[in-house]
Amino acid sequence: MKKKFILEGLDCADCAAKIEHAVNKLDGVKEATVNFMTQKLVIEGEDEKMPTIMQEAEKIVKKIEPGTVMKKA
Amino acid sequence: MNKRLWRIIIGAILFIVAIVIDVNIEWLNIALYLISYIIVGGDIVMKAVKNIFRGKVFDENFLMSIATIGAMLIGEYPEGIAVMLFYQVGELFQSYAVDKSRRSIAEAMDIRPDYANVKKNDEVIKVDPDEVQIGDIIVIKPGERVPLDGKVIEGNSTVDTSALTGESVPREVEVGHEILSGCININGVITAEVTKEYGESTVSKILDLVENASSKKSQSEQFITKFARYYTPIVVIIAVFLATIPPLVIDGATFSDWIYRALTFLVVSCPCALVVSIPLSFFGGIGGASRKGILVKGSNYLEALAEAEIIVFDKTGTLTKGVFNVQEIHPEGITKEELLELTSYAESYSNHPISNSLKQAYGKEIDNGRISDVEEISGHGVIAAVDGKKVAAGNIKLMKKLNIPCYEGEAVGTVVHVGIDDKYAGYIVIADEVKEDSARAIKELKEAKIKQTVMLTGDTKNVASKVAKQLGLDKVYSELLPGDKVEKVEELLAQKSAKGKLAFVGDGINDAPVLARADIGIAMGGLGSDAAIEAADVVIMTDEPSKIATAIKVSKKTLRIARQNTVFSIGIKIIVLILSAFGIATMWAAIFADVGVTIIAVLNAFRALNVKNL
Repeated sequence: MKKKFILEGLDCADCAAKIEHAVNKLDGVKEATVNFMTQKLVIEGEDEKMPTIMQEAEKIVKKIEPGTVMKKA
Repeated sequence: MNKRLWRIIIGAILFIVAIVIDVNIEWLNIALYLISYIIVGGDIVMKAVKNIFRGKVFDENFLMSIATIGAMLIGEYPEGIAVMLFYQVGELFQSYAVDKSRRSIAEAMDIRPDYANVKKNDEVIKVDPDEVQIGDIIVIKPGERVPLDGKVIEGNSTVDTSALTGESVPREVEVGHEILSGCININGVITAEVTKEYGESTVSKILDLVENASSKKSQSEQFITKFARYYTPIVVIIAVFLATIPPLVIDGATFSDWIYRALTFLVVSCPCALVVSIPLSFFGGIGGASRKGILVKGSNYLEALAEAEIIVFDKTGTLTKGVFNVQEIHPEGITKEELLELTSYAESYSNHPISNSLKQAYGKEIDNGRISDVEEISGHGVIAAVDGKKVAAGNIKLMKKLNIPCYEGEAVGTVVHVGIDDKYAGYIVIADEVKEDSARAIKELKEAKIKQTVMLTGDTKNVASKVAKQLGLDKVYSELLPGDKVEKVEELLAQKSAKGKLAFVGDGINDAPVLARADIGIAMGGLGSDAAIEAADVVIMTDEPSKIATAIKVSKKTLRIARQNTVFSIGIKIIVLILSAFGIATMWAAIFADVGVTIIAVLNAFRALNVKNL
């Protein structure tokens, strides 16, 4: 399953890379990409683990770049 | 944003005042410095503290806070404040630049129609393009954007397709023509029947492609983010050693001197400047290319284009127009005009593409009264009486059947032999026409140092090698079945160097497997072809093969900029680090290495968006 999110307020390119790195390490994630310029986070992961992945991803975003809001695209 | 700018300005003024007046009362001086520091950098310190509680220590807020507070603690007030001030200016500039770049591309891609004028029972109502259905009648007034793909049923006009194709010459449309959503109607009112729903219309397809582009990262970007991951911790660790070990080990070394050097390290340790300039360059390059009507689906493909070594073209529809036209007329005993006229008449009853191209070349209305006794002989041609003369038009088999000796040499294309009253009157060659800019495209690719240009075609050897010669292609493979094309591409893939890339250019019809197999699949004439947009990595919106050379130029320029930024920003940072370790570079140099480098790199990245002079 592929889910797309908008990271509103994503302002720092290095943070984008860190978010991508951290989300990729989550259990059940096949591939995650953060596009700094388009402020998009795309997560491809196992269907049944998706709800947890989304929760964890949101925590990661909040921790690395506190001003950013993760929205469904 | 504005609040931040005001804070910087007020803080800067206070800072200057504190330096200029330089009162003898020390506490007043320090108070002034502290106030300006709090105004300028208070939020950074606050963020740093908050982030520590969140368990995130080595972020740039923290590094900047430590560097500046440390500087003030060892008495270097002006430097501490200046670092914070310039850091804030740099951050502001960076977010302004990123914002501007995001916006300029959104604007270039602002092709979304707001409404559609739907005509129902002689009444025209404005509705959301999403609600319009296939078969609905829409009215497009001058100045309005075409909301959905459709077919013109009334009126004629010129439309501006530049938003889709980068083509500045407007296109004429009249009854029967297709119009594509996203174009702007310039002068006349046109009424059209909708042929595609909004979600399937060209404008939606393109927006979808652009919005989802570039999630695949270029190698330069992967390198720089990886570099940043190790760079910051290493620099911070070295800074800790610098602050503690030399004063203990070296005779006469003071803590304040070495702490100053360590703090300089912290100022240079922020990775953001480094990281931001690369995606910004690629984003600019992708945006610049889209202004030329070239849609690139990701940074990685833009990067790969620069490494293209072999470009493989499909012939029909890519290098040639895919439309058959009269190319040569060789009359015998009559004039060219007569031969064309009589042949067109004889063939006029047929609906075959060949008869259509004859009629088109003749260009005049066919007077049916002049033709009689039409007899079509399948697989041979046609025999008809035109103005009382017996005209036979067809292939060699027809001539042999009628015992008319004819030209039997080679010709490029389909040959129509003509006999008049059982006497040979010459032949007409009909062939696919080479596009106007195909030769230029190949020439420009050679200039761009492409090693091999190859053409694949299902057409006959004669036709293929003539086209290849005319265009100056290096290699040609003819008489291929669709499946053979994949095989040939695989053969060519084996020939290229390890780093080089192979690009395949097709029109997107029937060549999806080849597009997928090539390192870079380029689809031409993307307007209107969904299959092409989906299968390809790069979509060229117009029919011009010369855009491939343009795309390669954009790619090379972007890569050059990205490389300059990488070398320049890493280089300056390392030089300043070495100099400050030896106590040569001051904190001012460190500020330049951080903020100055960011600003220069970002400005440099902006050049990628400019595609006017490649």
